[in-house]
Amino acid sequence: MLETGCWKLDAGNWKLETGFKLPSLHFKFQSTTFNGFEWTLFIMVKRSFFGLAKPQFRYESLNGKPFEPEKISTPDRVTLFLKRPFAPNPLVRTGDKVKTGQKLSFYEDGDEYVISSVTGTVSSISPYMGDFGKSYTAVSIDVAGEEETDEQFGTAAEEPTLEKIKAFLDFTPGAPRMDALLDADKPIKTIVVCGIDRDLLIATNQYVVKSRVEAINNGISLLKKLSGVAHIMIAMPRALMKEAGSIGGAAGVELRAIDAGYPASLPKMMMKELLGKVVPEGKTCEDMGVCFLNAEAVASVGSAFKNRKIPVTKTLTLIKKDMTKVLVETRIGTPISDIFNTCDVSLDQGDRIIIGGPMTGSAVYSDDYPVQPDTDAIMVQANEDVSPVSDYPCINCGECVRICPAKIQVSMLVRFCEAGEYEDAADLYDLYSCIECGLCSFVCVSGMPVFQYIRLAKYELDRVRIAEAEEEATENA
Amino acid sequence: MLNQKKFIVSHAPFCHDGSRISERSYHTMFAALPAIILGICQYGAPAMGVVALAISSAMLWELAFNRVAKQPVSIGDGNAAVIGLLFGMLMPATMPWWGVVIGTMLAIVVGKQIFGGIGGNPFSPVAVAIAIMMLSWKGFFDFDEMLCSYELDFAMIYPLTALKNFGTDAISAISTGDLLMGRQVGGIGSTFGLGLIIGGLYLIIRGFIRWEISVSFLVGVFVTALLFNISDSAKYAGPVFHIFTGYTLVGAFFLATDDSSSPVNCIPMFLYGLLGGVMTVLIRNLGVYADGVIFAILVINLVNPIFDKIRPKALGK
Repeated sequence: MLETGCWKLDAGNWKLETGFKLPSLHFKFQSTTFNGFEWTLFIMVKRSFFGLAKPQFRYESLNGKPFEPEKISTPDRVTLFLKRPFAPNPLVRTGDKVKTGQKLSFYEDGDEYVISSVTGTVSSISPYMGDFGKSYTAVSIDVAGEEETDEQFGTAAEEPTLEKIKAFLDFTPGAPRMDALLDADKPIKTIVVCGIDRDLLIATNQYVVKSRVEAINNGISLLKKLSGVAHIMIAMPRALMKEAGSIGGAAGVELRAIDAGYPASLPKMMMKELLGKVVPEGKTCEDMGVCFLNAEAVASVGSAFKNRKIPVTKTLTLIKKDMTKVLVETRIGTPISDIFNTCDVSLDQGDRIIIGGPMTGSAVYSDDYPVQPDTDAIMVQANEDVSPVSDYPCINCGECVRICPAKIQVSMLVRFCEAGEYEDAADLYDLYSCIECGLCSFVCVSGMPVFQYIRLAKYELDRVRIAEAEEEATENA
Repeated sequence: MLNQKKFIVSHAPFCHDGSRISERSYHTMFAALPAIILGICQYGAPAMGVVALAISSAMLWELAFNRVAKQPVSIGDGNAAVIGLLFGMLMPATMPWWGVVIGTMLAIVVGKQIFGGIGGNPFSPVAVAIAIMMLSWKGFFDFDEMLCSYELDFAMIYPLTALKNFGTDAISAISTGDLLMGRQVGGIGSTFGLGLIIGGLYLIIRGFIRWEISVSFLVGVFVTALLFNISDSAKYAGPVFHIFTGYTLVGAFFLATDDSSSPVNCIPMFLYGLLGGVMTVLIRNLGVYADGVIFAILVINLVNPIFDKIRPKALGK
């Protein structure tokens, strides 16, 4: 699908840009407009003829006038995932009436909660298993009656604090996590607001930057005041910089353009490029005093305190089978089948539904899967576009080594991961330097699931560490 | 939830650049064609027979091994065919059929499959097979002897043996142009310098082999031969002669660049190629063998894992 370049609209011509400086090929195309505005069409094509050049992938770029996203009507039923395993006797029972914006805590211990995005009745509470053994409690709410807004946040919002953001806005669009800012052990010195999405083909956060300037500004000044962090940085693609003059008007907010080539928007790459800090192996950006928030998350905070209402509408990019994209606004918890119906996406046996982007998303097995606060994109792939993986071994061609942005010798790392030698993979071949961009799998000649091996290795090592820590704790006790 | 459609669930990333092992194999074979076609034109049907038998027997050995080892059949990836083709290229046109069959068995079974198949071989399978053949049946690689029945329109002497035995006087009649255009005695597909260079450049530009290895190999040959030539020009031939004779070009573009037995990091690739070039000329000029490419490649394959430890620091290290 993907060639070592991308198609860009250039003065009415579609231009193939490759990483190799060759005369670009020009093709005339009809202007493509969706949602009444122009997209830079990114066509995924095959490996280029000139294999010597490194492939380059460009992020989605939003040019042209602002527009209205497709609005999905309120569904009959929403499903929300509480981030903890299901346990018997939750505080909320089936049949309970809930209002829009109502905070639902399910268990007495722990402060996890969900925010009801609709008014209705709780119809089921059940366990749900996610990727890599994550377990959630899935709460379904049947929409019923006139929409009512819960008042609890309205009173709380009079005096904003970081604790209140954590207590009420964790489950809002963009998922603004305040844990890093509240952690006294690791003081945060810089907040980076990402006006670009992490994965390819997605335009969600760029759209938010373009269309919700006021909410973002409000959110930034709130966060700045509450957290006392002096240095706030907004990262966005260069193409968006011109139009974003009005954003971050307050003092101490720095606008920074980031390179449009994947994976420049992954947090660890931004740390290196924007802040000149290299995150040591195994550490997080938060350890280094930098906290990343999506533009949408900041906008949620801003609009929540301004309107005294918890936002429940998520913006996301729907990538259809033919790679065209539609921006969608929908309630959190809407089953994705509702979005497909509204946007005329028909699904067939053997298609693939991906939550997230093409490089780092995760596939789901059902079109009942609901939109979550951090679902920035939904991608649908036709059966014939599904690229197969093979059980071939690594042939040591070195494509992955040359493309790795973290300079890992992937060809050796994957051998250790494949053999289950995870400790050695971490000690000898830089497992924890991986920034999880997925490019190694993309270029693998053998078609190995390299990225999956790496993620599996990290997951297994984490499990071992947790088990060891527990064992130690019981021994001490 | 009833009558639900089944979707494919798999892991990220959800796209691939479409490169395949078979693609690499077929392009390698395509790149070798110019040199082989010239060889077949020169030596006729016997050369054709050797190449065809080499490819087919290599594939059959692979198939046989797959069956015996109860593995999935892997001849579809074209790797066995490439090994057979490269093996055939290095043979004299008059190689007996059983020599070819044993040679491809050595390449496929001993050189590749006993190490676990594709990607597992520590040495270039072709170099392993040729080295064993050279030690076992020396006569097959005496090109003067093997090709004595041919009377072509150029000097029917194997340049490297002539050089070894009689010094640079013996090769003064052979012009660089002749060497470049394949007007020299040698293996079926290893004499046509221009064809091999075109094939090699094609593979480099398409990204199927790494220029770092090929170029540094040739630089190694050039510099070492130049130093020898300066020290004693009556005994040691010049660098250009060494580049265009014997297996140098096949080695630089097709054998040393074998994926699994060559390094992947930048500095190691240069060191690996350079050492190969140096060893080639050292064996030719100081050793007992007329051509040192095969042994030089086995030596660099041997040190490849150590070289490949030289790598850039990973992010955050």
